[in-house]
Amino acid sequence: MIKATNYDSIVLRTVARLMMPLLLLLSVFMLLRGHNLPGGGFIGGLVASSAIIMQMIAFGPEYARRVIRVNYLGLAAVGILVAVSASVPALLVGLPFMRAFWLPEAIPGIGKLGTPVVFDVGVFLLVIAVTTKIAMLLSEEPDLFPMHMEQEDEEGVTGAPKA
Amino acid sequence: MIFLLAIAIGSLFAGAVYLILRRSVAKLILGLMLLSHAVNLLIFTMGDGGVRRGALPIVDYYTGEVMPNTTDPLVQALILTAIVISFGITAFIMALAYRATQAMKTDDLDDMANTDRL
Amino acid sequence: MANHLFLPLISPMLAAALALIFTRTKTRNVARGIVLTSVVFNLAYSLWLVWTVATTGIQVTQAAGWEAPFGITLVADGASALMLCVATLLMLVTMSYSFASLDPGYENFFYYPLLLLLLLGVSGAFLTGDIFNLYVWFEVLLLASFGLMTLGGSRAQLEGGLKYVVLNLLGSTAFLMACGLLYGTVGSLNMAHVAERMQSVNNPGIVTVIACLFFFAYGGKAAILPLFFWLPTSYHTPPVAVTAIFSGLLTKVGAYSLYRVLGLVLQDELVRLAPFVLVIAGLTMVVGVFGAMAQMNVRRILSFHIISQIGYTIMGLGLASAVGLAAGLLFTVHVMIVKTALFFIGGAAEQIYGTGDLKKMGGLAQREPLLAIFWFLGILSLAGIPPMSGFFGKLALLQAGVNQGAIGISVIAAFTGILTFFSMLKIWNEVFWKKSYGDMSKLPRVTPGLLLPGALLVMISLALGLGAGVLVDYSQMAGMQLFDRAGYIASVCGVQGCEAIVEAALR
Repeated sequence: MIKATNYDSIVLRTVARLMMPLLLLLSVFMLLRGHNLPGGGFIGGLVASSAIIMQMIAFGPEYARRVIRVNYLGLAAVGILVAVSASVPALLVGLPFMRAFWLPEAIPGIGKLGTPVVFDVGVFLLVIAVTTKIAMLLSEEPDLFPMHMEQEDEEGVTGAPKA
Repeated sequence: MIFLLAIAIGSLFAGAVYLILRRSVAKLILGLMLLSHAVNLLIFTMGDGGVRRGALPIVDYYTGEVMPNTTDPLVQALILTAIVISFGITAFIMALAYRATQAMKTDDLDDMANTDRL
Repeated sequence: MANHLFLPLISPMLAAALALIFTRTKTRNVARGIVLTSVVFNLAYSLWLVWTVATTGIQVTQAAGWEAPFGITLVADGASALMLCVATLLMLVTMSYSFASLDPGYENFFYYPLLLLLLLGVSGAFLTGDIFNLYVWFEVLLLASFGLMTLGGSRAQLEGGLKYVVLNLLGSTAFLMACGLLYGTVGSLNMAHVAERMQSVNNPGIVTVIACLFFFAYGGKAAILPLFFWLPTSYHTPPVAVTAIFSGLLTKVGAYSLYRVLGLVLQDELVRLAPFVLVIAGLTMVVGVFGAMAQMNVRRILSFHIISQIGYTIMGLGLASAVGLAAGLLFTVHVMIVKTALFFIGGAAEQIYGTGDLKKMGGLAQREPLLAIFWFLGILSLAGIPPMSGFFGKLALLQAGVNQGAIGISVIAAFTGILTFFSMLKIWNEVFWKKSYGDMSKLPRVTPGLLLPGALLVMISLALGLGAGVLVDYSQMAGMQLFDRAGYIASVCGVQGCEAIVEAALR
């Protein structure tokens, strides 16, 4: 496993610490302007997950896992649920799936709100969760295929001490 | 522009095929990644009216009319989808190949013939 | 507008997300309940859909209400409704077999969400009316199958999985390439619109290239002759339940896509390529069955039989007529059910002995007579012996072949049927009939959970054989719909055709 000390770069750590809130803010901005302008849930999610991945590179995956305590797979599931639930109301009133509903007036500072925004929020959560989870698993490689590791441990192949 | 793209697509395909035919798992995966890039570029050149330099994928906001110098937005949407899918698959296949080479203790595809035996 | 067509896609998606949240040893039963509810709902829905399509015709809906060539279209005609129904039935049976047979460790590593994702991809591929969407659904089901194939991470699984992933990825890339070229040629990816514009494309070379690329891509997934190598090298590595559902669904989605895209959208090309397709079909049948005869492992024999049976399905395509497609569809439905049943029963035998090696098995007919009876009925059905469904599937194909003068392929198909029976009898002899050399009294008994899923599917095959009239009529209706381009375009875009809608939008 790669230790956090391998990443000891003051410049990177300082920048990562400073950039974290900025990137998260930018990701929300991207998310909210997304429907009619470049941006959206997917891109916002990538920006937000890049903020977390930056922490991971600067301080090591264990630090990132300790500080940002999120159950990423649960978050992904919530993302799917939010995205689908934004699309279902149309079906309930007899319109085609995913038909959008908008609030009549735009809210100053945020913009027009409607079901596509909710859908984008779902995508946003899903992308953050999946991308970060992938990066985290790849960086903490022994956690890949955990079932196999258990098997090997039982057989004592990896040299685990037998109780 | 289209000429340059044609050369780029051709070289990407050639490189991909060369890498896929190598015996190493790592090169095989690099080849697959190059192949997906080659196909993405191929789709890019397939838009309505080909590739137009400097054109934007925009319809006039007020009239809904198609502006005179626009490019086809659909191909870009297709590529974006394809990129996202290949991103996910690449992540998976890298993890898989890593574990496979670790379990086999070899990077050589010719040695990975255990499941083919009778 | 048939908005209900979205339901079979929403239900597994929601259930997969919920099951993901409840995937813990403590809440295992909650997760199982959610998953089962969703699949039962899908099965009820798809049965209703088959009935609706049979009585009122093709069902169409557009996502978010965007008109046909612009938006995402979902279409359910006879073929897709029937395939959806059978696929969901197989998924339900597989779930119940998994409850009985699976190592509990699997459930903690997202086995059920992956199965639902597989169901989602398969249902989407059957229902979509858009070629690029077909690609996306293919990727969904492939990613789920990658996960299922390698879940557990044993050495054999990693090795077989790597080959499976790489070869399927090459097929997907070819598929994407074909999509790109098709879009460049006709400027649309909606199946109805492409079918309409295809009639006025006068650039035969590029259209043939596109058709061949699609044939390569789907053929790779369906495991036709030169492209099947991923199948026997990987299908015997994952748990039995996974192999069984793969054998029932994956190759058949490829075959369905061939029917849909070549049979409907690129119909003229199919008629031109038909002799070539028939040659491939014949070779696939023969090579598959010879490959099976050489093997000495239950699941590897069955895997090679999948290839051989795909040859029959491709033969239906190669006949390039409504009757041929109908016969191929009938056969495919039969083989999906029987093949999965045989994997369940063979897998139960494998679980009893702890190995799939024929040399180490034996004497099971005496010890587990019920298992033996259902296995025998299953191989009767696969070989095409009268009271079972296999007879009617093969009969329809042979009839269509002889009527169209394709004598050569018909002879090969009949001959392959005999070889299939012979090679299946080998498993019968080795596993069930011959004396056991070891001490059998210590082996575990087969539990009802292992026996019933296979038995149920064999009984369904028997029922389909006894009540074949209904299914034959339905498949003929579905074959007509599959080959009727004008009817398909009219039901998706209206009688004016898709081009009229595009012109109206531009004006």
